[in-house]
Amino acid sequence: MTEANLSAGNGNGSPRIGVYVCHCGTNISATIDVVAARDVAENLPGVVLSREYKYMCSDPGQEIIKDDIRELGLDRIVVASCSPCLHEETFRNAIADGGLNPYFFQMVNIREHASWVHKDIKAATAKANDLIRAAVRRVRFHRPLEARRVPIDPRVLVVGGGIAGIHSALTLADAGKKVYLVEREPSIGGHMAMFDKTFPTLDCAACILTPKMTQVRAHPNIEVMTMSEVVEIDGFVGNYRAKIKHKPRYILEDACVGCLECIDVCVFRNGKTPDEFNLGLSKRKPIYIPFPQAVPQVVLIDPEGCIEFRTGRCKKTCVEVCAERNAIDFTQEETFSEVEIGSVIISTGFKAFDARRLPQYGYGRLDPVYTALEVERLVNASGPTEGEIVLRDGSKPKKVGIIHCIGSRDKNTNVHCSRVCCMYSLKLAHLVKEKTDAEIYEFFIDMRTGGKGFEEFMLRVKEEGVTMIRGKVAEVYPEAGNTGRVVLQAEDTFLGMVRKIPVDMVILATGIEPQADAEDVRRTFNISCSTGGFFTERHPKLAPVSTFTDGVFLAGACQAPKDIPDTVAQAGAAAAEALALIDAGHIELEPNTAFVVEEECSGCKTCVGLCPFSAIGYDEGKASINEVLCKGCGTCVAACPSGSIRQNLFEDEEIFEEIVGVMANV
Amino acid sequence: MSESVDTQVAGNGFEPMIVAFFCNWCTYMAADLAGTSRMKYAPNVRVIRVMCSGRVDPQFVLDAMAQGADGVLLGGCHPGDCHYQEGNYKALRRYRLLKRLLTDLGIDEERIRLEWISAAEADRLRDVVNEMTEQIRSLGPANLQVPQEQFVKPVPISLEVSV
Amino acid sequence: MSDKPKVAFYWCASCGGCEEAIVDLAEQLLDVAAAVEIVFWPVAVDGKRSDIEAMEDGEILATFINGAIRTTEQEEMVHLLRQKSQVLLAFGSCAHLGGIPGLANQFDRETILETVFDSTPSTVNPEKVRPQLEFTENGHSVDLPGFYETVRTLDQVTEVDYIVPGCAPTPNIIGGAVGALLSGDDLPPAGTVLAPDTALCDECGRKETKPEVVAISEWKRPHEVLIDEDLCLLAQGLVCLGPATRAGCGSLCIGANMPCSGCFGPTSRVRDYGGKALGAIASLVDSDDEAEIDKILAGIPDPVGTFYRYSLPASRLRRAPMERPLEVAAPKGE
Repeated sequence: MTEANLSAGNGNGSPRIGVYVCHCGTNISATIDVVAARDVAENLPGVVLSREYKYMCSDPGQEIIKDDIRELGLDRIVVASCSPCLHEETFRNAIADGGLNPYFFQMVNIREHASWVHKDIKAATAKANDLIRAAVRRVRFHRPLEARRVPIDPRVLVVGGGIAGIHSALTLADAGKKVYLVEREPSIGGHMAMFDKTFPTLDCAACILTPKMTQVRAHPNIEVMTMSEVVEIDGFVGNYRAKIKHKPRYILEDACVGCLECIDVCVFRNGKTPDEFNLGLSKRKPIYIPFPQAVPQVVLIDPEGCIEFRTGRCKKTCVEVCAERNAIDFTQEETFSEVEIGSVIISTGFKAFDARRLPQYGYGRLDPVYTALEVERLVNASGPTEGEIVLRDGSKPKKVGIIHCIGSRDKNTNVHCSRVCCMYSLKLAHLVKEKTDAEIYEFFIDMRTGGKGFEEFMLRVKEEGVTMIRGKVAEVYPEAGNTGRVVLQAEDTFLGMVRKIPVDMVILATGIEPQADAEDVRRTFNISCSTGGFFTERHPKLAPVSTFTDGVFLAGACQAPKDIPDTVAQAGAAAAEALALIDAGHIELEPNTAFVVEEECSGCKTCVGLCPFSAIGYDEGKASINEVLCKGCGTCVAACPSGSIRQNLFEDEEIFEEIVGVMANV
Repeated sequence: MSESVDTQVAGNGFEPMIVAFFCNWCTYMAADLAGTSRMKYAPNVRVIRVMCSGRVDPQFVLDAMAQGADGVLLGGCHPGDCHYQEGNYKALRRYRLLKRLLTDLGIDEERIRLEWISAAEADRLRDVVNEMTEQIRSLGPANLQVPQEQFVKPVPISLEVSV
Repeated sequence: MSDKPKVAFYWCASCGGCEEAIVDLAEQLLDVAAAVEIVFWPVAVDGKRSDIEAMEDGEILATFINGAIRTTEQEEMVHLLRQKSQVLLAFGSCAHLGGIPGLANQFDRETILETVFDSTPSTVNPEKVRPQLEFTENGHSVDLPGFYETVRTLDQVTEVDYIVPGCAPTPNIIGGAVGALLSGDDLPPAGTVLAPDTALCDECGRKETKPEVVAISEWKRPHEVLIDEDLCLLAQGLVCLGPATRAGCGSLCIGANMPCSGCFGPTSRVRDYGGKALGAIASLVDSDDEAEIDKILAGIPDPVGTFYRYSLPASRLRRAPMERPLEVAAPKGE
């Protein structure tokens, strides 16, 4: 292709350029004098036609371009409208339909970069004119190009085995695609596995999740990797390679049958280590299974607590009882493996807000104060108390206060609304009331029950006798007289008075935050984070599960706080996007690769070491670029000291012309 | 003219012209986001899109200044965030040396600026543009164009002493 | 009158090295001298401006001009020679790119005059006498050429047909240029630099010793290290500008174990030699940390002198900003 490019059209011919200035309704025309812009464009060298039109991206708008190409023999098109991120593809397709190479096109961003960000019509119009002039000068140098087609590897990597990852993996696997499901905890299941009931339908979380977890385990198309993390990914859409770290479990997964006898016979009669799954509300032994329904049904050893690891002198009753199965291996080490995939779904979930960051609520200091997730475990039949709601002192609560928006909607912690807390607070109110008949006080700022059946659920809980108090709790402090109770102090904004309510138990409705290592994940996968730290979707409305990295999709709470139904919907959408990619079989890539002009290259090798994708080779005294590996950043082009590397769509000439264009009026 | 942020014209009427090279993935996106968020900022910057800040050849900066730009703004992804892994570091290395060369030549260092602005940082984009415009407005024009010289009185040239 | 083709040489702001380079042609010079009639060569042949003025337009086949344009006299002479010559060649780095005298474009005229006639320690000039454009005594008056603020390349002053690059041009390059001119056929398009359009590495004897990846954690200057005579100089941490510089010299400096300093200028694809070379050299710095990058780059103490050693007037900026801008603005660059 490169030689064809060089001999093809350049700026020296007599181009026939058409310029189209879009009003975008009034989005552009309210701030930019589109008629003046059209007139300026009309007089630029090479321009044979300049029009302004209400909506260039509309079908009639596109038709105008196509007709003009055919009737006037236009061979270069400039459209001044919105960001190329939005409609570059639209116009390229239209131009191709009109019979022109789609890359004989340049888009000018006069909406996002001009009309929407300036108020003064004169200044905004001047800017638009400069940008249009730059595009007109540049487009003369465009060469005919072809999109690169790359095949899509049908295998998919799903990162994070919560409900989002599980649902995506199953959807893809059911469609016959191979899925690698990577989970860093010893079991898949995520937060949902910790819940008791789900709002607003109150169906048991385990009852709906466990079958899906089992399906994952049994599915021939899914390979589950627990205690594993993706540490590196390279390649590009359709052709990624992921390096995965496997932490040692000290158990041979294939040999363990999940009989759990080793746990019974462990030399520790009782657990001594706070149980992570129960948030420390119970203790576990050094050899354990995270929770009864864990997938895989395989125990693991925590070397911190294990006598054998600490002293090397344990009786190893576990090894004894495992006998010929011989599944215990104290010598296991961290290992790495690599998988090749075509697309990735990131479903790394969330982290619950750490309530210790708001000391006024006493979490970690006052015994009666619990987080919502802890209470989920308390009310759960397989939890530390087998579903009994008993406080740390062994008593049952008679009065319970629930405080909303802990770590949400608060400029000192997180500005965002965590979306699920109002509803799960109501759910916990219902469950606690059902189990203890305690008096319950919900302290809320606003009751947000937007969702199917949500408002109805709130009304039901209210009818059950839960007291709703609108007001933010200022402080939780011990009741005078050593009663063991605490007092919630809040201004009741309905009554307009400060209320002090002594309770036996406080539940903090902690919010949803990005995972602590979201930043690392973001870097590994080369995606971006929004201001709050959640991963950024490609477009908030139109590409809600895509990212700016092609072939990498988002599902679940890693993108933004959401409840289970929304998470599952998004997981399905992400799987569908991946399937669409896979079923197309190939993807077209922007032909913006760089190439070395062989006869110009001196073989100085400056470029070779600069390419982050090892796309530049050196052979027989010349550098050459592997077009498949080149991602089109252009770093080598800028560095080439003899100007012998060019980048399609971003040639030196084209950029210099843009500079002339924007500066022409100075 | 309205008295918007667009048109705070200094007493001397000088309006800086700033040429910007923004990477496609971070800073250009931030500028798009500023647009969709309807933030308002100074209209003095002309953005030229490149795929990566690593594509910015120092020649582009020099060329823009030679053609009368009062400042050049380079925008890339934050360190560690480059869409192409490390193009922004290459940009940083070139920028550091280019800036030294320009200041050695006597060009105000505020006239060339490299900023890491992520796709989410529309507010930062706005602030950087406003700040740079303000700074250069107070510095005045760059005046880098080489004047055509004329001697007031053309001297008769002779290799010999005229008698 | 001989019917041998007429050839002229002229020097502007230069050191005289280019004249030496012609003498360096050695025996070849005799062949050249036999083939042509040298009508003007102030450094070697007696001649007057009036002799040239008396010639027909285009009477001279080729004029070789070395040196940059700094004074009104130089400007007038090149206009005159242009008019009288069929082919005008920029000979050497100064005419081509501004050369070493072009480094004066870092300063205004006043700064230069003040330095030369006043502030240097070796200057004794208590009355602060400065050269005058015109001076009359006893009824006799003498003139001096005007001294411009800005040094210019030859092609910034007049139309140039070919460029013979180098500081100074090497015998092979000169021989090639003269041969092409005399044979008359296959002349390249006007504006061509008469040297290969690839970078010096292409012909450098050390090319294959350069590792595929060069990452520099310390730039060294030639006097600071014992230079390996076989290994690529960049790989040794020396700022060798060979990768950015046009080939054709036969890598003479490198043969003498000194890094290329760029006298042949850029290839035709590059608009600003210094900017391009700087970009390439800076890219090799082995750090991603700003402070460390600065530390490593501090090993290049004078970026202007390093990257624009021969080409400041030919650079996009052409000179440092004027401290006192002139009133008359130039027409914009292309």
